Parts: sequence; structure tokens; C-alpha cells
Amino acid sequence: MEKFRIQPEKGLEFGLYTLGDHLPNPETGERISAKQRLDEIIELAKLADEVGIDFFSVGESHQDYFVTQAHSVVLAAIAQATERIKIGSGSTIISTLDPVRVYEDFATIDLISNGRTEIVAGRASRIGNFALLGYDLNNYEDLYEEKLDLLLKINEEKIVNWQGEYRAPLQDAEVIPRPLNESLPIWRAVGGHPSSAIKAGHRGVPMFLATLGGAAGHFKRTIDAYRTALVESGHDPEEFPVATAGFFHVAETTQQAQREMYEHINSGMMKTNGRGYPKPHFAQGAHPHDVMNIGSTQEVIEKILYQHELFGHQRYIAQMDFGGVPFSQLKRNIETIGKDILPAIRKHTAKK
Amino acid sequence: MKFTVLVGSQMGSKTKIAMTKTLDLLTDKYPEIDTTLLDLADYKLPFSDGRNYLDYDGDAKYVTTTIMESDAIIIGTPIYQASIPAPLKNIFDMLPVHALEGKVASIVVTAGSARHYLIAEQQLKPILSYMKAQLVPNYVFVEEMDFKFKEIENDDVVFRLERLIEDTVLLAEVYKQMVDARNAEYDF
Repeated sequence: MEKFRIQPEKGLEFGLYTLGDHLPNPETGERISAKQRLDEIIELAKLADEVGIDFFSVGESHQDYFVTQAHSVVLAAIAQATERIKIGSGSTIISTLDPVRVYEDFATIDLISNGRTEIVAGRASRIGNFALLGYDLNNYEDLYEEKLDLLLKINEEKIVNWQGEYRAPLQDAEVIPRPLNESLPIWRAVGGHPSSAIKAGHRGVPMFLATLGGAAGHFKRTIDAYRTALVESGHDPEEFPVATAGFFHVAETTQQAQREMYEHINSGMMKTNGRGYPKPHFAQGAHPHDVMNIGSTQEVIEKILYQHELFGHQRYIAQMDFGGVPFSQLKRNIETIGKDILPAIRKHTAKK
Repeated sequence: MKFTVLVGSQMGSKTKIAMTKTLDLLTDKYPEIDTTLLDLADYKLPFSDGRNYLDYDGDAKYVTTTIMESDAIIIGTPIYQASIPAPLKNIFDMLPVHALEGKVASIVVTAGSARHYLIAEQQLKPILSYMKAQLVPNYVFVEEMDFKFKEIENDDVVFRLERLIEDTVLLAEVYKQMVDARNAEYDF
């Protein structure tokens, strides 16, 4: 765990993530400017840092309704604006980037941030990046596996010799600067399907698992599959952290929390994925055994603890800004997280 | 409400004739319904490659988006080699897993032989069910001999099309009421 800068004795880490979506607020129909959205993302990271949230990550998506395509640039700004919080991507679409360049960027951000930077490498669910950055969608899987392997190799080896199909070979290449503490934590982003989790396990990389909605027990199977694959390939699951990522919002009551979030998520998904979020599914999200952490503060604390007991994971990251959520609502969440949620989670999950 | 009338083949004329007739009957009886005729022969469509439908360009984006925005789809299909045509299956493959959730679907089959009667039942309906469509249970099966020149000659086929349209509209209206009533129960 140490290699990935995780200290299990401190309990479950609590983080925030933004996909950098740039969507209208469905209640007003209005969309803030790209500049304001970026300013607010950086401000959100600052506030998160101030209340003691453990991690903040920014994703990249290359299509309409997103604004953090240059997510490493945004992270560099966040590195400068914050002091203690760990920062990372969520995720970096490594398939259509050059791993050398990604490593240079993130090692640099790591130095600027004084050793707080991580990479989460993903494959993208939408594929605007392929045409835009000049890659063939037919190589979707191979590009990802090859480039993730190269990124991991650069992280492990100071002098890199490498040959592959989708990038010019590297001969005695020294990728510099190096991160502050030898290596960066590099995670594999995993969607719903266990097959990607199994690949993460076989490769021996930590797993970032997206858990938007549904029974927690369902996602437990994916986590089990990951740990089984780790063991099969000779790794010790005790050394590899698991993070889960999903929707989050707290209010006075669960009904109020659902009212404040539903249309943001529903219309946001309609615009970015072409399908909304059916109300019956969203309603079930309030169940104590559903992974969706939208509810009253107390209920959400209990759900996070239930998920921790079930998953044995090391980090939960919350998405609370999707779909044009006004900044005032995000600020309220941050206050509640700092005042009520972090103390409760640490009290129950840290080793005495 | 939005209805799409789909001609699910790029060749032959029978399905086009049957679906044009269906569209005429639909718009005559229900002028308030917003209708679109999608004839796959009019579009240049790639094979599905698994991307989100919003990531397609041009014709593929138009065809998939039109279907996704519909409340009901009346699917016209010929039967080739004892199955639905590949271009029609390709449309399904381009759409998300539960693309037809909340939508009503009904079927018109044109076939050269009565031996193909159960193809829609055994091959098309399972696909539509998997994609979570609300299915009109019966379908209209039109045979070669029901056509004369470029028209449907058999009045019985026209009567059956009229009833299929009525059933489709009824199911779409009632289903919408059901969904609205259910959604109204939620407090968000």
C-alpha cells in the first residue's frame, strides 16, 4: 500500500472527482462559461483541501459538454492552489495519448504539488478522442493495454527500452523529471464489467472502480474478481488498494437530496450518453445497500461504512458536481463533508 | 408523440410499399402524431463498432438519434434466408443495450413465403424484448400475393395494418400514462 501512498491505518480515504462536464443547470436552462466552470473546479479543489478531504481528481473527455480536455493542465493549477490534498486524473485516456508525455506531465505536477500526484488510466466510454487525436477506434482495446503497459514501465524503470505497435520504440530513453518519491501511484480505471478488473489484477495495478448505481453486492463481485486475479498472478491483495467512485449528495433529508440531484443527473446523462436515468432506478438508490450515496448526511455515512465493510476498499471518491450543479450546493456539501462525514468515517474505519 | 416508421431493408420494394401505406394510414387517422419514415435504403450506414450512438456522424447519427427520440417504432422487415436482414440487425447493434426502454414497438413483415410466418416471433421479438421495448403482441404478415404492381391489393392486409396502427397508438398512449403516473409517485 505504501507504494501507492495509502495508509490503511488512517481509515477509508474520502475523495472528490469531477469529469469536467460543462452542462446547463436543468432548473434554469443556463450554462456557466467555460472559464467560470474551470475556476469553480479549481476553487472546489481548494475548499476540499481546506476541510481535509483526501483526494481530488479531474477527468478528460473530448466531446460536447466537457471542459477539462487538458486535464493535466487543470491539475497543475490545482497543484499550485492546494497544499495537502492528493490529486490525480480520473481518468487519463491513455489509449490516445503518448505515455512518455503523460509521464512527463504528471511527474512535473508531482514535483509542483510536493509529491501528491497520481494517475488513473482509463479507456473512455465516449470516443471523441480517437478521431480528434488521430487514432483508429478499431484498436480501442490494444491501444489501451499497450500504452498502459508502457506507462507502468516508465514508472518502474529510469532507463526505458521498449518496443510496441502503436508508438515509436524507445531505446535507452530516460523519461524525466522523475516524481518526488521515485514513482507515481498509477491506477487502472474499471467500468462495470469484471473482465477489466481481472486484467487489473493480473497486471498488478490498483483498481479504480466506477459504481454509479445499483446493489453494492453486485460490485463486490467485481472487487472479488480483481483480488482473485491478483492472487492468481502472484500478487498480494493486501498491497493493492481499491477505490470506488460514484454519485454523492447530502441534504437535510434523503427526499430533499434526491430532489436536488435527480434532474442534474438525468438530463446530464441524456446529453452526454444519450440515455437518462430512469426514476425507478434512482429511487432505489436511496436503499442502504445501493452504492449511490445520495441522501441525508447520516444515511450517507452509514452507506459509506456499509460499503467499506463489504468492499474492504481504501478510498471512496464522490461525484457531486455532474449536470450543472450550482456552486453554492457544492460548497454546502464540502462543509458537511468536513464537519460531519470525514470525522465519522475516520472514527469508524481508522485503526486505533 | 413521435413515431418512426422503419423500412428495415436496403433492397426490394415490398417492405417500402407496406411501410409507406402504414405511414399514410397512421397520418390520416392520427394527424397529431409527429411521424418520420426511415428507409434504410436512403442512408449510408457503417457496421456497428460498439461506440455510443452519439459518437456516430452523418446518416448513422441521424438514424440512431431519430429512433432514440421516438415514443414508438413500427418496424417493417422482409425475411431473407429465414431471418431479418443484416441492415436491420445492424441498427439494433448501433443502439445502446436498453435503447427501447419506454418505447413501443410493433412489426410488419413482408415475405415471399408463408413458411416465414414465425420468424418475427422467434427472431425479431426476442431482440426487441432484450432491448426492453413494449411490444404490440400481434404483427402483420404480408405475403407476395397480397401485392399487385406497386400497391397492396389485399384489403384484408389494409384492415390488419389499420388495427396494428390502432394497437400501437393505444399502447403508446397508455404506456405513457403508466410511466407518467409512476414517475409522479416519486418525490424528486
